[in-house]
Amino acid sequence: MDYLLEALHVTKVFGTLKANDGVTLKVKPGEIHAFLGENGAGKSTLVKMIYGALQPTSGEFRWMGKAVTIPSPAAARKLGIGMVFQHFSLFEALTVAENIALAMPGAFDMKKLSGRIARVSRDYGLPLEPTAVVADLSVGERQRIEIVRCLLQEPKLLIMDEPTAVLTPQEADQLFITLARLASEGCAVIYISHRLEEVKRLCHNATILRHGKVVANVDPTRETAASLAKLMVGGDIHVVKSAREDQRGATRLKLDRLRLSADGPFAVELRNVSLDVKAGEVVAIAGVAGNGQSELFDAVSGERSLAQAAMLLIDGKPMGHDGVNARRNAGAAFVPEERLGHGAVPAFTLSQNVVLTRHSSDGALVKSGMVSSGGASGVSQRVIKDYDVRKGKPDPEARSLSGGNLQKFVVGRELDRRPGVLVINQPTWGVDAGASATIRQAIVDLARQGSAVLVISQDLDEIFEIADRIAVISRGQLSEAYPASDLTPEKIGLLMAGAHERKEMAHAARA
Amino acid sequence: MRLVLEKRAEASGRMAILSPVIAIALTLITGGIIFALRGLNPFSALYVFFVEPLTTSWSIEQLIVKAAPLAMIGAGLAVSYMANVWNIGAEGQLTAGAIVGSAIPVFFPEFQSPPTLALMLSLGVIGGMAWAAIPAFLKNRFGTNEILTSLMLVYVIQLALDWLVRGPWRDPKGYNFPKTIAFSDWQLLPQFQLLPPSVGPIYINLGAIFAVAAVVALAFMMGRTLKGYELRVQGIAPRAGRFAGFSREKTVWFCFLLSGGLAGLAGICEVMSTVGQLQPGISPSYGFTAIIVAFLGRLNPIGALVAAFALAISYLGGESAQVALGISDKTARVFQGVLLFYILACDSLILYRLKIIGRTPGPAEAKA
Ligand SMILES: Nc1ncnc2c1ncn2[C@@H]1O[C@H](COP(=O)(O)OP(=O)(O)OP(=O)(O)O)[C@@H](O)[C@H]1O
Ligand SMILES: [Mg+2]
Repeated sequence: MDYLLEALHVTKVFGTLKANDGVTLKVKPGEIHAFLGENGAGKSTLVKMIYGALQPTSGEFRWMGKAVTIPSPAAARKLGIGMVFQHFSLFEALTVAENIALAMPGAFDMKKLSGRIARVSRDYGLPLEPTAVVADLSVGERQRIEIVRCLLQEPKLLIMDEPTAVLTPQEADQLFITLARLASEGCAVIYISHRLEEVKRLCHNATILRHGKVVANVDPTRETAASLAKLMVGGDIHVVKSAREDQRGATRLKLDRLRLSADGPFAVELRNVSLDVKAGEVVAIAGVAGNGQSELFDAVSGERSLAQAAMLLIDGKPMGHDGVNARRNAGAAFVPEERLGHGAVPAFTLSQNVVLTRHSSDGALVKSGMVSSGGASGVSQRVIKDYDVRKGKPDPEARSLSGGNLQKFVVGRELDRRPGVLVINQPTWGVDAGASATIRQAIVDLARQGSAVLVISQDLDEIFEIADRIAVISRGQLSEAYPASDLTPEKIGLLMAGAHERKEMAHAARA
Repeated sequence: MRLVLEKRAEASGRMAILSPVIAIALTLITGGIIFALRGLNPFSALYVFFVEPLTTSWSIEQLIVKAAPLAMIGAGLAVSYMANVWNIGAEGQLTAGAIVGSAIPVFFPEFQSPPTLALMLSLGVIGGMAWAAIPAFLKNRFGTNEILTSLMLVYVIQLALDWLVRGPWRDPKGYNFPKTIAFSDWQLLPQFQLLPPSVGPIYINLGAIFAVAAVVALAFMMGRTLKGYELRVQGIAPRAGRFAGFSREKTVWFCFLLSGGLAGLAGICEVMSTVGQLQPGISPSYGFTAIIVAFLGRLNPIGALVAAFALAISYLGGESAQVALGISDKTARVFQGVLLFYILACDSLILYRLKIIGRTPGPAEAKA
């Protein structure tokens, strides 16, 4: 008995689509095993079967050498398999501890549980407040809940589906320490990620999937990120050409001393956020998750109304009191961080989801109060084609798309409008290297054609790849935007730690 | 051995359709057992209850009379529930509509012309809307739970009705019965012949036509219009609804005014046809039964129309069972309650599957 888990010739068919085609994956105890592939390659599908959330069409699983069927997640947990999903399954209205309690088998003592949560989260460097309500937490914090929830059950195999996509570099580093420690304790990890550098650093073994089939099994430490990417795609990756030219035009998006009170005990208050985004440039906002990014997005998109109209100007027009549709009609477009449930309705088809953000700005979609399904499917087909959204059916439900493919759709839906102002939160969360390059290129191209683009991102590589200027958000305050060429990751790190806040306070003290 | 519910990987489309069918079957079985316990032959009792009401043209006419308000209210509730707005007080809005519309004949008994009809119907709608506006306002302004407020307001308006017909609005020549004067001519709904006498004459009143019109209009709204899209998004993905720029407050208003207006219309139609005057007990709980109608009809307006007939049968069955079997007509209410119970129970099978776990879990429990 060498292997902890073996998946042998596993096939999963969705309708006519073979999401997994005879996939074999073998994991040893104490091994961190990378599972790589493009968006829609079938990674999530396989691990969902291992976790009992989906049933294979054919094939076999062996656990410690014995053939097993895994009919449900409960059965998987009993075997000792834990999983952190790409899309979380938390109850927003409940607290952290309550959410974790729901996943615990049998009876438990809430007080003791809170204690254990606090201990595990401290030991593994995943800070969590057990009494916080999930609705108030950022995506990064929500993910920590899921991880802690798994760790509490002391799993023998931990499956992580794109865990670092939403983490900051520091949080990711901490997670790697956690995982390395788990591995040294004998726990195996199946690790799905699109960040190949971290795979090289962390993983002992890598299985690579392309179009549902295993194409290689390699030692990632002996590969380069580029060679791994090549194996995944079967070709070379396009490099984003940003052609930084100094042709900045008029200010198209202006935030002027924007303030927004915290709308929950764990939300962040925005204080005096000022920023100009000019035609032709990409401005990025860097920062550690939970420092006011989602609040800033809500304020700029108009999901939350501002106290004064002049706090936000689009093409010189004060629009702080206007709702999201008025801002869209003024030429702005928005892409939120969470794609399922915020950027898209999970149970609606892609063409129905086109209507979600374009019903008031796109005259062809709604005629005298009636939704034109022809118009919607026209737009959706165009987006699918232009942004290479891969899917099983002609017009699938949003939730059946792989994470990265849905992201391409949600971004493409807005880019397709050729907006004058684009505000985008985490543009390539969970998107593979090839598709990330496509999205980033599209963002840069949009700016070069005269639009103003504001990108909120935690991915510094991405920021340096596309941004002309960079500002840093920390505890609800925004630093000045510096030209990207003047900054280094180290300097950004300092700003993230709040260097500009002190400066501002000194400023205020002098005034 | 024990039974457990286990979450399905995906919602089962088959179960969504089968659930009401299973619920009806279970209701019939339970009903048969109840009859048997009372010493009746369950088969003939069920026949009297559920089949006999469909055998004469007179009873078909009665079926339509009962199904019309159920469909009208049920369709409005279905739309509200779809949008995650929980109006439980349709019975109160029905009563409010009946009261407000009846003000015309009470205060202007001599006012007899086509506008009388139109005015009474409009006032009925307005009365229902006004009563529904209270929970809507409370929800938007103070964040109160609309389930509680709308429900409690039912009892308030029913007591108000009681007071009116015993006090200020009582018919002075009515021998102290708690009733207003009897309505006449233009204060009553016109009747139409649906089927000719050769088949067995079937008459329907204007209310039935309103019910069908409301169902068709709401089905169209939900399926085709941006408004329907908005309501559905708010029901299943509120955050996405906010991102789409849809206002939750407006939706709460819209749903309450719509479902309240339809309940008010049903109320005024009842007093302008079947009842013929305002009195306590104008409705055999149509407003509550319509909640069952909405769920049995899968929160779909057309579905509500079908479900309205199913529940109308239970009302008629209750009446004929009283005559033929000598059991209380409250039996109908038992059936309705049992039915709602089973629908809600069966609906959990859409997202969960039922599993029997034996003492020795093994390969037997593999594929489900
Ligand atoms: N429930 C489903 N019904 C139909 N098709 C599905 C379903 N789930 C996944 N698919 C399809 O199966 C394919 C593989 O999806 P999967 O989620 O496994 O990809 P992935 O490798 O995890 O991609 P990503 O990196 O984007 O998350 C995709 O084409 C997806 O559209
Ligand atoms: Mg995936």
